[in-house]
Parts: sequence; C-alpha cells; structure tokens
Amino acid sequence: MPEAAQKVSIQVRVNGKLHAREVEPRLLLVEFLREDLELTGTHVGCDTTYCGACTLLMNGAAVKSCTVFAVQADGAEITSVEGLEKDGELHPIQKAFGDCYGLQCGYCTPGLMLSALQLLKDNSNPSRKQIRKGIAGNTCRCTGYQNIFKAIETAAAKMRSSSHGD
Amino acid sequence: MYPRAFTYHRASSLKDAATLLSQLGEGAKLLAGGQSLIPLMKLRFANPAHLVDLNFVEGISYIQQKNGTLCFGALTRHAEIEKSPTAAMIPILRDCAGGIADVQVRNRGTIGGSLAEADPSGDWATVLLTLSCEVRCAGRTGERSLKLSEFLKDAYTTALAQDELVSEIVVKVPPENSGGAYIAFKRTAPVYPTASAAVQLSLEGGRCKEIAIALGCVGLMPIRVQEGEAALRGQQITPKLIESAAEAARAVAEPQSDMRGSAEYKRQLVSALAKRAMEAALQRARGQQVEVSHIYA
Repeated sequence: MPEAAQKVSIQVRVNGKLHAREVEPRLLLVEFLREDLELTGTHVGCDTTYCGACTLLMNGAAVKSCTVFAVQADGAEITSVEGLEKDGELHPIQKAFGDCYGLQCGYCTPGLMLSALQLLKDNSNPSRKQIRKGIAGNTCRCTGYQNIFKAIETAAAKMRSSSHGD
Repeated sequence: MYPRAFTYHRASSLKDAATLLSQLGEGAKLLAGGQSLIPLMKLRFANPAHLVDLNFVEGISYIQQKNGTLCFGALTRHAEIEKSPTAAMIPILRDCAGGIADVQVRNRGTIGGSLAEADPSGDWATVLLTLSCEVRCAGRTGERSLKLSEFLKDAYTTALAQDELVSEIVVKVPPENSGGAYIAFKRTAPVYPTASAAVQLSLEGGRCKEIAIALGCVGLMPIRVQEGEAALRGQQITPKLIESAAEAARAVAEPQSDMRGSAEYKRQLVSALAKRAMEAALQRARGQQVEVSHIYA
C-alpha cells in the first residue's frame, strides 16, 4: 500500500466548463462529478455497471461513469444532465420526458436522457426496436418503459423538425 | 464503492506499457476498457497495486484490411467494430460486437481486453475460435504472434507473459460462399450470456466444405464441437444433419449450474443456439441476409 495516496492532475471539460483538479486515481468519474464538482444530477444506482443511472457522455459516447476512473477523463469533454438545458430552456429530450410522463421517481431519468441523446445523435429517427436497443443499458423500475419510448420518439420528432441536434 | 488505493501509470506506447509491467511486477494490471476490471476492483476481488492505463496510447484502436485479413488494434472498442463497414465483411464479428452488454459498455470495452481477460463467459474468444485468428503480443523487445487456440490456456489464463500485452488481433477474411453467425442468450442486456454458439462455414458445390462450431459460457473455455463439425463436413447440409450437430453440441457442453440456470437447462439452451447459428450461417453462406445477435428480454 502506498503511504500517501497518489494524486494526479486532471483537466476535464464538463458541460463546456474546464475544471482542473488533483484526484486520487481510484476516484470514479461519477464521484468526481458529484463530490468534487457538486454536479449531483448524475446518479449512482447499482454501482456495478448494470443500471445506467450514472450514464453520461464522454467525448460524445455514453458511458457508465461508475465504471470509469476520473483520471481516464483527463482531457475529455463530458456532458451530464446539467448540460442539456440551454439558456434556461429545457432540451427537447428533457421536455419530452416531462410531457410524456417518461418518469415516475426520476432516479434513472438523467442516465436515460443521456443514453437517448447519444441514440438520437447517431440516428435521428430510430424505430421502436432501435430505441429498445439504445436504452438497454438503462434500468427503470417504475415506468415499464412505454412512456420512455414515447418520450424518445417525441423528442426525436421535435429535434428533426427544429434541427436541435445537440 | 471504492477500489483499494493503487498507483496510476499512463503508458505512452505498447513498449512503454510492457516496460512498466516488467518494472512493477506481479502487482501491476493493464487498464484497457475497464468494464470487467473496474467492477472487480470495486468489489475488491482484484486489488492491483499499480494500474497501467493504455487509453492514452495513440494508434492502437483501428480496423484495417490487409492482405486478406482484418486487423484490429487491441484497444478497438466493441462499438467501433459494431459500426465499422470494414468489420462487416465478416458478419459474425458484427453479431458479436453489436450485442455485447449495452451501448455504454460497448463504447468502452475492447476486443484486446476481452481476449486477454479470457473470461469463460466472454464473447470474443468463442467467435474468433471459429475463424482463422492470430493474436499479436507485444513485449519489451519485440512482438510474437500466436494462434488464438494457443493464446487461450484456461479460464482467465492466457499465454501472455507477465510483461507482455495484446497489440493486435488478425482475422483471416473467409473465402467466397462462406457464412458465419453468433447467437448468445442473456437474461438482460448488461449481463454476461447464459450460453452462446458461434458457427462459421463455407460451401462448395452445395456441400459444406469447412465448418467450425464453438460454444461459449458452458465450460471453462470455449468448446469446439468437433463431432458435429465432422458430421457436416463434406455433406449437403440438411435439417437432420443440423439436428445431429446440435445434439453433439449438447453432449460436448460442460455447463455448471449457477444463478443463470441449471446445467441441464444450459445444455438444452446451447444446443438450440447452435442449431439456430448453423441455420443462420448457412443462409448467409447462400447469400441471404439474416440478422442475428444476442437474444435478451
């Protein structure tokens, strides 16, 4: 065991803002956001790479941030749920989750919205089957998913019509 | 959950990684995609004193076509293989890459890491054993190339020396009139499969010229169904012959009862998966389009 914990300098751009910190190598990316940056919108669900509540985008790709070390995000661009809203206006995905009742307790919602964001970036008009596959790494224990599918379809239609591609 | 404290090292090249492994000794582990290692560390089943991170090494994530082969850099993510038109030349690779765990895990997990871990429930080894596949291994002083069957030694055990790492996976592109398919059954997307079957075959004059059938998750290593392969080789493939090869798959499987199902259930399952994979591989060899991958609820 090392006597004094090693610290590593990292620079991570989160929702457009650059953060420089010294972190222990074992610090997980999700804890870096929640504890160090106080961005608590990203949730820890199972903490075992299963549930996807901690999903965020790392360089545009959805990852489970409980299974990435913060040191690995050095130089990366991160998008968390706090970065979805622009100028006080909800992102179409956020709006659609509300309008379609795509949530009940809301715990899984930030992760689901980030998975939906990656899905819709890759495919602006996904089929129901493609949506199922796109969010297969996100567990919701309340809704039964039907309204989540509707929310993603609604958001997709809105984003296609307004070319709100980000 | 926090892993035990470790010292972090960022490799600048494969050679640098091999040198670090050599200097740091047995307590060092490589960090590739981390989708198996990090959960193991969080549960403290794995407690490496040092991690050597490969994610900042340039140029080890690629898919290239070269002299009748496809070459995959060790750090190529499953998602890159899933989406690659080049990798789609060998459809069984897409079946595998597109169904591993879920989007998030496929965005991180790597083909090199999966082979080097040699988890009996992993997907890649089973699939690649049905193809002509070599694993290039980098050390401090040079590289060597091993057939995948020589590379895999046992559950969680490979031929890699302590200061050696996978650098590239080289897969021969199958000849004309070939078809392959991989089908895995899992209870939900993020989990390991309960059982899986990979089949790669080629036809000549309507008869089966070459065939390889491998089963995953039903033994300590992927299992080749040699008796089933022998039954089909040189023959016109009929439903009855497929049935008999599926029966051979059931007989040769060595599953253990666990939370994913009883041994008897898994034998039944793997036999059915082998049958479906043979049917899909045959259809593809005949030029038909079929979509198969992992099956889950």
